[in-house]
Amino acid sequence: MKVALNVNGTDRELEVPDNTLLVDLLREHLRLTGTHVGCDTSQCGACTVHLNGRSVKSCTVLAAHAEGAEVVTIEGIGAPDDLHPMQEAFRDCHALQCGFCTPGMIMSAIDLVNQSDDLDNQAVREGLEGNICRCTGYHNIVRAVLQAAEKM
Amino acid sequence: MSEAAATGIGASVRRREDVRFITGSGRFTDDLTQPGQTYAVFLRSPYARARIGEIDVSEALATEGVIAVLTGRDMAADGLGDLPCGWLVKQKDGSDMISAPHPPLATEVANYVGEPYGLVIAESLAAARQAAECVMADFEELDAVVDLATAVDSSQIHEGVPGNRAYDWEIGDREATEAALAGAAHVTRIDLTNNRLIPNAMEPRAALGVYDPAGDDYTLYTTSQNPHLERLVLSAFVQVAPEHKLRVIAPDVGGGFGSKIFIYAEETAVIWASRRVGRPVKWTAERSESFLADAHGRDHITHAELGLDAEGNFTALKVQTSANLGAYLSTFGSSVPTYLYGTLMAGQYRTPNIYVEVQGIYTNTAPVDAYRGAGRPEATYVVERIVETAARELGTDPAELRRRNMIRPDQFPYETPVALVYDTGDYEAGLDRALALVDYAGFPARRAASEAAGKRRGIGLACYIEACGLAPSQLAIQLGAGVGLYESGEVRVNPTGSVTVFTGSHSHGQGHETTFAQVVSDRLGVPFESVEVVHGDTGRVEFGLGTYGSRSLAVGGSALIAATDKVIAKGKRIAAHMLEAQESDVEFADGNFVVRDSNQSLSFGEVAFAAYVPANYPEDLEPGLSEKAFYDPENFTYPAGTHIAEVEIEEETGVVRLVNFVAVDDFGHVINPMIVDGQVHGGLAQGAGQALLEHGVYDDYGQLQTGSYMDYCMPRADDVPDFVVDTTVTPCTHNPLGVKGCGEAGAIGSPAAIMNAVTDALGVNDISMPATAEKVWRALRA
Repeated sequence: MKVALNVNGTDRELEVPDNTLLVDLLREHLRLTGTHVGCDTSQCGACTVHLNGRSVKSCTVLAAHAEGAEVVTIEGIGAPDDLHPMQEAFRDCHALQCGFCTPGMIMSAIDLVNQSDDLDNQAVREGLEGNICRCTGYHNIVRAVLQAAEKM
Repeated sequence: MSEAAATGIGASVRRREDVRFITGSGRFTDDLTQPGQTYAVFLRSPYARARIGEIDVSEALATEGVIAVLTGRDMAADGLGDLPCGWLVKQKDGSDMISAPHPPLATEVANYVGEPYGLVIAESLAAARQAAECVMADFEELDAVVDLATAVDSSQIHEGVPGNRAYDWEIGDREATEAALAGAAHVTRIDLTNNRLIPNAMEPRAALGVYDPAGDDYTLYTTSQNPHLERLVLSAFVQVAPEHKLRVIAPDVGGGFGSKIFIYAEETAVIWASRRVGRPVKWTAERSESFLADAHGRDHITHAELGLDAEGNFTALKVQTSANLGAYLSTFGSSVPTYLYGTLMAGQYRTPNIYVEVQGIYTNTAPVDAYRGAGRPEATYVVERIVETAARELGTDPAELRRRNMIRPDQFPYETPVALVYDTGDYEAGLDRALALVDYAGFPARRAASEAAGKRRGIGLACYIEACGLAPSQLAIQLGAGVGLYESGEVRVNPTGSVTVFTGSHSHGQGHETTFAQVVSDRLGVPFESVEVVHGDTGRVEFGLGTYGSRSLAVGGSALIAATDKVIAKGKRIAAHMLEAQESDVEFADGNFVVRDSNQSLSFGEVAFAAYVPANYPEDLEPGLSEKAFYDPENFTYPAGTHIAEVEIEEETGVVRLVNFVAVDDFGHVINPMIVDGQVHGGLAQGAGQALLEHGVYDDYGQLQTGSYMDYCMPRADDVPDFVVDTTVTPCTHNPLGVKGCGEAGAIGSPAAIMNAVTDALGVNDISMPATAEKVWRALRA
């Protein structure tokens, strides 16, 4: 099956098996390994990317569904010398430890901030309910999202 | 702030490892690909206990893309050894514990659901999965032993292990303890279960085995907290390859919490299989495999009795525990409910008589081993639940009963009745600070406000102690450890004056690349940016015991200090020669070698350059400036603190909300407060998970009922509050940095504090973890 889509601003056309998941297209075919797989039941959110501007769990989207879509992954939102405000805030606030859930957490958080006007502590906690972190206890993630929200 | 102050010891330096993680350029094992790579899928027992008959692999082998199907019998035929348990526990009668044989892949009998007995290797993951479905194995199902409480009277799992008892162990003075209990003015009794937990690091385990026929050597990339231990076990015990022919690399590792200490079947199989098929073999666990086959944690049943005199002084504590060890003894599984548990029963108190007996029991469940805190959360749970219960029975303020019994600052070093010598501490300082931060005095008003809103409110304390910095090697080996527990470090000064630091510790979230660079940069006076920290590769780091038991800074950091001291000593000799001064007159400070009472000095960089370009150089000194050290701790370190939880319970639903949590911890000196606070936050959430949400449950047939995130309730952002954390400082007396370790404290104190708060709110003491809405709802209506 051929899939044509735009990933991180670049048009791509790929030949993949019909049952390919978006996350496998990204990780295995494009070697964009920043998007992680942390579970097999769409619970953990480590695979979160943006599909046409909204966060999705890429383990639950068929590559075929992304035909013609714009996909943005963690690799597409900023660079080490030009970080996205959310990336900067995660670093400032020590909102990551092992770094495995981080890409998905950042992608979810960006969408959360984009979709909300008056985020407070509780709203951030509820908004990130679909992303599991085992290291940070969420305390500093919440701080980071609120800090980034000020700048976005 | 000066540059050194901004990056030195005590500064909250932002982590250098963060940039790669926030930009998606981290390198986790599953991110790696080797030319010609194949994919492995494991064949796992669907039964908790079954004899394995004929395994028909013909259909699987005929599947397109399949390269090989290998079983435990193939592995045994190749002469591979068993997975060893690394800690030999002696029983009450002096005999050795009974360690049942643990082949990496089951050969004749499978003993837990998910136990691997073979693997399929194929050109693609999809082909391997499809073929694995086609393997036809004949299983003869046997009676599974699942229930810990009745396991000793159930059918025998392993030959040679009567009563399914791996050991019957004790510590302390039974006679004196029972006599003191008999004479006590008051005895508090309690029965507790410590719920089985499933660690759930967010990165599932993975392994990529590469055999290179050119040099007849092997490289294993794997999710390990201690790659050198992995190499040692795979070479010395399993005998996959000689140690000098095996390189183990643990690249970025996505959390461990203990579960990635152990040597597992899967990495053993892929490194062996890579030679069998002549190509790299990669395996990455699905989450469901993590649930089934990662070592689990906790799982105790305990009866405890605490004796008090008429003034409320503790006179005796007796503890009897059954510990579920699972189907096999995992790498350190035997030590967790014994030496990391029974020895902690003094807590922060002067209890003069303590006796602990522990039965280690086999069941047909996944092996149980260290999970964050490893024995110490279980011990804290016993001590702090029974102390709180005693206070309630006696009508005493729980904080004051604890205060009355605490070891006082002038009593250190303090030898407990259960083998430990606490070097230092100030427990009342932690208690007072926590009581102030939580506004203990204001609690009755907050409770009244909650009650007015139709909610119950409770408050609970836990004053924990832990023994970290594992461990003095001789003591550990005397007690049964199979390896020394020192740590190695190397400080390699490059000719340009930059520094490469090699540590045997391993970072999988702890931020060693930052913290260790702070320490070395501070000591050598070189810029933080000029210090690189290397870890996790047996090909680059000489040796190491890895990261667990909150030991990295206390043991690994101390090794780096020792190596740094050697660098400075050699630098002084070089500088003295160059400056034509007496070596004893050369001092080193702020990155400069200075001749005392003179204006003569050389920078660290100048001395480093001279060491590699030895033009004007001592004749009897080797060139180069690179030093190694092994540091063996004199004693454990003893972090301690007070955690206080406040909960609110909805009467109608039984939902418990953790509304306030204060943790005051004494970790000794702190290198990077930002990182330390983060470690505490994470531990607290895991402790809150144990107390309120998480429970690994098997049914009567040994099928895991909580095998996914749909059934096993992980703490999510809206399950926990903002945490209030603070520290007090009594520096460790026996390591050069005065540090104690901070990795596990959060998970050690919090379950007891939260359950004390829940039971306080309910007015019911008999409720087990996790205090789910259902259990609490029923308790409210009992």
